[in-house]
Amino acid sequence: MPVVLETIGLTKRFTGLIATNDVSLRIEKGARHALIGPNGAGKTTLINLLTGVLRPSAGRILLDGEDIGDVPTHKRVGLGIVRTFQINQLFGDLTPLETIGLAVSERRGQGLDWWRIVGSRSDLVAESVEILERFRLTDVIAERTAVLPYGKQRLLEIAVAIACRPRVLLLDEPAAGVPEDERHEILAAVGDLPEDVTVLLIEHDMDIVFSFADRISVLVNGSLFVEGTPEDVARDPRVKAVYLGEEMVDA
Amino acid sequence: MLTILFDGIAYGMLLFVLACGLAVTLGLMNLVNLAHGAFAMAGGYVTVVLVNRLGVPFFAALPLAFVASAAIGLLFERTLYVHIYRKSHLDQVLFTIGLVFMSVAAVDYTMGSGQVFVQVPEALQGKFDIAGVGIGRYRLLIVVICGLLTIAIQAILTHTRFGSRLRAAVDDSRVARGLGINVNRIFALTFAFGSGLAGLGGALGAEILGLDPTFPLKFMIYFLIVVTVGGTSSITGPFFASLLLGISDVAGKYYVPTLGPFIIYTIMIVVLIWRPQGLFARATGR
Amino acid sequence: MVPPPHSAVRAATEWLSARARWHPLEILFWVGAFASIWLLPDKHLILTEIAWLALFALSLDLILGYAGIISLGHAAFFGVGSYVAALLAKHEIINEPVLAMLVAGGAAMALGFATSFLVLRGSDLTRLMVTLGIALLLRELANRYGWLTGGADGLQGVTMQPIFGMYRFDMFGHNGYVYSLVVLFILFLLARRLVNSPFGLSLMSVKGNPLRASAIGISVDARLVAIYSIAAFYAGVAGALLAQTTSFASLEVFSFDRSADLLLVLIIGGAGYLYGGLIGAIIFKVMQDYLSVLTPQYWPFWIGMVLMVIVLVGRDRITQWTTPIRKLAMRLDWRTPTAPGAAGEGR
Repeated sequence: MPVVLETIGLTKRFTGLIATNDVSLRIEKGARHALIGPNGAGKTTLINLLTGVLRPSAGRILLDGEDIGDVPTHKRVGLGIVRTFQINQLFGDLTPLETIGLAVSERRGQGLDWWRIVGSRSDLVAESVEILERFRLTDVIAERTAVLPYGKQRLLEIAVAIACRPRVLLLDEPAAGVPEDERHEILAAVGDLPEDVTVLLIEHDMDIVFSFADRISVLVNGSLFVEGTPEDVARDPRVKAVYLGEEMVDA
Repeated sequence: MLTILFDGIAYGMLLFVLACGLAVTLGLMNLVNLAHGAFAMAGGYVTVVLVNRLGVPFFAALPLAFVASAAIGLLFERTLYVHIYRKSHLDQVLFTIGLVFMSVAAVDYTMGSGQVFVQVPEALQGKFDIAGVGIGRYRLLIVVICGLLTIAIQAILTHTRFGSRLRAAVDDSRVARGLGINVNRIFALTFAFGSGLAGLGGALGAEILGLDPTFPLKFMIYFLIVVTVGGTSSITGPFFASLLLGISDVAGKYYVPTLGPFIIYTIMIVVLIWRPQGLFARATGR
Repeated sequence: MVPPPHSAVRAATEWLSARARWHPLEILFWVGAFASIWLLPDKHLILTEIAWLALFALSLDLILGYAGIISLGHAAFFGVGSYVAALLAKHEIINEPVLAMLVAGGAAMALGFATSFLVLRGSDLTRLMVTLGIALLLRELANRYGWLTGGADGLQGVTMQPIFGMYRFDMFGHNGYVYSLVVLFILFLLARRLVNSPFGLSLMSVKGNPLRASAIGISVDARLVAIYSIAAFYAGVAGALLAQTTSFASLEVFSFDRSADLLLVLIIGGAGYLYGGLIGAIIFKVMQDYLSVLTPQYWPFWIGMVLMVIVLVGRDRITQWTTPIRKLAMRLDWRTPTAPGAAGEGR
């Protein structure tokens, strides 16, 4: 499969700290690539670099072979790089319908339309409703996001990303903070992601990682430590040592 | 030209003493206090009343102005400001604007709307001539007093327990509370002290800046510029910012009279574009 | 993908478009406003003041209520509009008032566009500073260039030509009022349309969570620049209305007092649902009229007290008295959308 997202020697330095150290990743189209590592390893920093929230100190980021290092965050979304946040970043006062509708509308380039009333394009509404159905959010479609239970908010977080029709989806700990009884919905949603979408998943939960990923990279102190198939990584003694007593599920 | 420089330094140091309290309360309590100038005005009017009407000697009136403004500051802090610490910046802006309006109107009503002057003692009028440079006596006094104050403030901050508690509370008030530092008391004392300084600045500045009931409104922008350009993470930032502004304003008005007032605004806008956190702030500051 | 049932889509569409529909109370408001032309013939002068003040407050609502930008210097655009309109009339550059008003608004808009990038970054305090600084800067400029602006005495000798060549600005302010009210209404309609559009929704998203907004592809800066410029246009037109209906322009249009009063007007009525500025303007002017009879010189004292009380009691609680009105006009209040079928509201 062709490589859709690639980083070459990606580095990010803060004063007194190297958060990302010469990371070179190659992610193939359609891959289910997991990024794991102990807390503070720099996983979210890497996502911030890939999405343009942070500027790299060195190194390059290539999307389909094109260098996107100078492309601003909101434009990268248009190129197909979409992320979710580890802590929900949603529009508290908007409803899921409006949130998804907004994402779809922006994707279609209709975001600057100041004359038409929201909801007057039925195809846009249909697409939004369809996405909300897929993520089982139709029962809360018209409630304020801020009052939704956390699990539903998390689903919405992923739904918004999907509404942008990503080519590369960066999921930052999708199950984080979700209560036990709502986790299966998140897992189902992640598992149901379209096959043509390339997914880079950051997770701590090894159940999810090993059931979902076809390739795993281990990040420690900002550097790529180990990379390979789930079986390889699970057996690697260095990985176990790094996690020091954290439970690892045998593949 | 050196006279201009000296005048600018005097103006700048006066500005520093006036604005220092604002910088500290903004950095410490995240409080936008647009009414800061009202405390300066209070000090100025107290001095006018003491010196002109009650015959108190000028040098005795100055510390009394400080005390009076500090007392008013403490009173307002405990009764009014304490309610708005947790509110949004917009709310603080609205509230302190309201306070300014009330104080301006109150002073207008009680003291009349004209400009008032302090009867400055003979010894301070006129100027020295040192190596061909004219040094105004009054301005020299300002430089001396403000300079001593600045050194004292810096010494308090760095060498006393109160100072280190204050710096801790500025850095992170939640952690400071957790360490047992009585943050509320520090807020109150700091606010009072800052208001006192403003009052002293108002007393000293009445002669140079002109004192009338609209003083807080006229000079609000200057204090805000000092705080914005200087940043709120230290005292040295506003100090150098004040000097910069004082010298530019005086020099600007002298050398380029048509553009004089614009220089200050231009500096402000340029600084805000270039470094929104302030010219002298720590790079990792809030 | 299985297309969703037609009924679900229809319900969603209906819910969305119901929010933009005109509510009877809104219609009542405007019918009343226009009826005042005939019902209150001797109040036209003060009603004109309410009209341009309402438009000015509406412009602030666009940036404060919908985009979350705190401005202490909105008077800058108001003042530019005022002086441009007055100068165009005085020097007979553009004689037709409506055209002059549009040009004046355009000038304010240009200033808004030019200064918008200063407002994009920085904290609330920085924005306060910058906006205040610009307004004061303009006031100083107007003061300096007295040969053009009339300086501290104001711009004298402005004579207004009839609107469309037909309607004279009469001494009692009748035509002036109709003119101002019509301008207010038209611009209000445009704002209402904008707020209910995808663009308007994107503004609310930017206000609520700019990080998330950029993560779905919205250029936050570009949207803020756009709404800031539009708001500046509205403020400029309001200033032009003042100048044209009074044939006068003075430095006071740039003053801090004016920006501060404007904040109060919007706060009284409530920001974020378009009618707040209009309602606030009515209340403010009535209050001002009443208080200046009592204490002509010290009215800032009472205004200051009102401001402090409003903040202490809590802005939300103050505007609760308008909640019944707002709940019914709620579709414009983006903060509390009604769910379809919820307790029968919102349909």
